[in-house]
Amino acid sequence: MAQQEPQAIERDLTMSRAMVEAIGHEMRENDEVFYMGEDVADYGGIFDSTEGLLEEFGRDRVMDVPISETAYLGAAVGAAQRGMRPIAELMFVDFFGVAMDQIYNVMAKTAYMSGGSVAVPMVLTAAVGGTYNDAAQHSQTLYGTFAHLPGMKVVVPSTAYDAKGLMHNAIRDDDPVVYLFHKRLMGIGWMPAPDGPKTAVPEEPYVIPFGSADVKREGADVTVVTLGLHVHRAFEAAETLAEDGIDVEVIDLRSLVPLDTETILESIGKTGRLVVVDEDYLSFGVTGEIVATVAEERLAELEAVERVAVPDVPIPYARPMEDEVVPNVDDIEAAVRSVCS
Amino acid sequence: MFEDMVTARYYEERLQEEYLEGKQPAFDISAGPIPGELHLAAGQEAAAVGVCQHLRDDDAVTAPHRPHHVAIAKGVDLNRMTAEIFGRKPGLSGGKGGHMHLYDPDVNFACSGIIAEGCPPAVGAGLAAKKRNEDGVAAAYLGEGAISQGAFLESLNLAAVQKLPVVFVVEDNDWAISMPKERVSDVEDGSQRAGGFDMPGVRVDYDDATAVYDAAEEAIGRARAGNGPTLLEVQVHRRMGHFMGDPETYRPDEDKEAAQGRDSIERLAEELRAAGVDDGDLDEIREPARDRVDEAIAWAKEQPEPDPEDAYEDVFVNPPSGATTDEPTHELAEPGGGD
Ligand SMILES: Cc1ncc(C[n+]2csc(CCOP(=O)(O)OP(=O)(O)O)c2C)c(N)n1
Repeated sequence: MAQQEPQAIERDLTMSRAMVEAIGHEMRENDEVFYMGEDVADYGGIFDSTEGLLEEFGRDRVMDVPISETAYLGAAVGAAQRGMRPIAELMFVDFFGVAMDQIYNVMAKTAYMSGGSVAVPMVLTAAVGGTYNDAAQHSQTLYGTFAHLPGMKVVVPSTAYDAKGLMHNAIRDDDPVVYLFHKRLMGIGWMPAPDGPKTAVPEEPYVIPFGSADVKREGADVTVVTLGLHVHRAFEAAETLAEDGIDVEVIDLRSLVPLDTETILESIGKTGRLVVVDEDYLSFGVTGEIVATVAEERLAELEAVERVAVPDVPIPYARPMEDEVVPNVDDIEAAVRSVCS
Repeated sequence: MFEDMVTARYYEERLQEEYLEGKQPAFDISAGPIPGELHLAAGQEAAAVGVCQHLRDDDAVTAPHRPHHVAIAKGVDLNRMTAEIFGRKPGLSGGKGGHMHLYDPDVNFACSGIIAEGCPPAVGAGLAAKKRNEDGVAAAYLGEGAISQGAFLESLNLAAVQKLPVVFVVEDNDWAISMPKERVSDVEDGSQRAGGFDMPGVRVDYDDATAVYDAAEEAIGRARAGNGPTLLEVQVHRRMGHFMGDPETYRPDEDKEAAQGRDSIERLAEELRAAGVDDGDLDEIREPARDRVDEAIAWAKEQPEPDPEDAYEDVFVNPPSGATTDEPTHELAEPGGGD
């Protein structure tokens, strides 16, 4: 389905409200959609990802489950193989290891191993990201890990508008979709969000197709490709750089699988300079993938490239160290200046 | 025991105060002197001290995300642990780990933020002791919410079939964040899980430190003597939210009040009074314990923060060439203890 033009928009929503609105709509429309996870019922999701759903849909469709990720994520896979449309929440993406076999060997490989005869139409949601000093086991981003293993679509919203449209698409998709939302963008009470993610959101449903990167800021001098929280950090850097006459284009990938290479290449055709910013680890990840893709297709036009990502260390706890390793606005600004010099 | 319990409770109260500083008016988890999540264990002290009293420094303990009371009972260096929680350079891991990832090899203590993650390493510590013909034991702590986790169930099995010296200690505080135990487990108490693995399952029904002490004495004695693992569950209570900032809107008021109405420390104090210890004697334990906590916090706060560049060290203890540091940054600690 193509992206529909937003109708009359009168209200701004936080990213979490926008996600929940899409989930609620799909649950109303389709009895086969249900949500399960830890603390998703009475608590409404630690990151407000299910706020209000229990009241409307009851415990059968908004299920608190035992702390047993292998069992319940695997059960979501099993229910999806039978044609239901579960949404299963892994509270922090860092916990994926507990259930990775069910994720990458079952959820992601069923379609292929069955020769396309068995689908897994489920959504796996998880919170990602640091920037609040929760250290190595609760701050990872891991976009690249999921995108690297074939068979799952990987989606990362950066605004409320995108979050809703991508969620509609995720629930309706017949393949497993990993929907990674950044805690810092959700608009939860205990973790102030930057201004950007709270956007106008139409009340009616709409879908944002996967593989449609969004040029969130147009510019002529350098292309910054990023996703999630760092879209907003890139905007901030772009504002400062504009004062010095550097015109930055910011591309929000919105999905990693599928990846919209066309939008990126088009932009490179215009700017010739590329900075890729990612909150995941540097090596073997998103930044390398984007740079490689651009190099393969547009080597001749490429004047300069920089990558900004977590420098291959686990996320440290103490503030000075976390600030050091998680890319911030200054890091993005410096990288842009460097490719422009 | 009383001293460790008082120390742990006061420590939690002081950390709570420090944590809340700077987070108002709108609660911001990343603000203030202690950022990130903080899980306090007030109400769970009996399970910590009752077991750890029987442990030596060379016995291993793995604790979960709510670790301070167990750390104190195991004898973790209070100053360095506090410095870690405040993210300071002389902290146990130089500020890298934070409150959920405290390691003190001097007393063989570790904890972690993933549910039931400490169970397999505790089995491994038991395995090492057995292979070396030593009489060391390992204790793995977990919450009642964690008894559904694969890592726990697999660990019970492995410890049982290998007859390893491990005691699994379930702290049943009735809640796993917002999930009451009856909604996530069909067994009435976690110790029933032991039945499936042919090992003793023991439950102490109230947060009674003396009863825990007695039950743990038997379990640890059994492990030390080479007779295999035990699953010990202790009923404790959660006096605070799951983490600081948890509004606990899911929790009935009566349950909160009931938790406040129980106090393992008061209970032990009563017992001691009944045995002839007077209030003056108890104060003589309480006051130095509080001083020790206050001093640790004051000391920790005076310590410098780590340098940003410290973030690059310790990814490996033997850094590959080309890494930022070629030399190990410090001597590896020998696992502590022994006779
Ligand atoms: C594998 C994994 N899943 C989920 C979580 C999130 N989580 C942290 S604490 C907690 C509840 C734990 O409950 P319990 O084991 O009863 O311990 P308590 O917090 O009550 O001490 C959950 C679900 C986690 N840390 N690791």
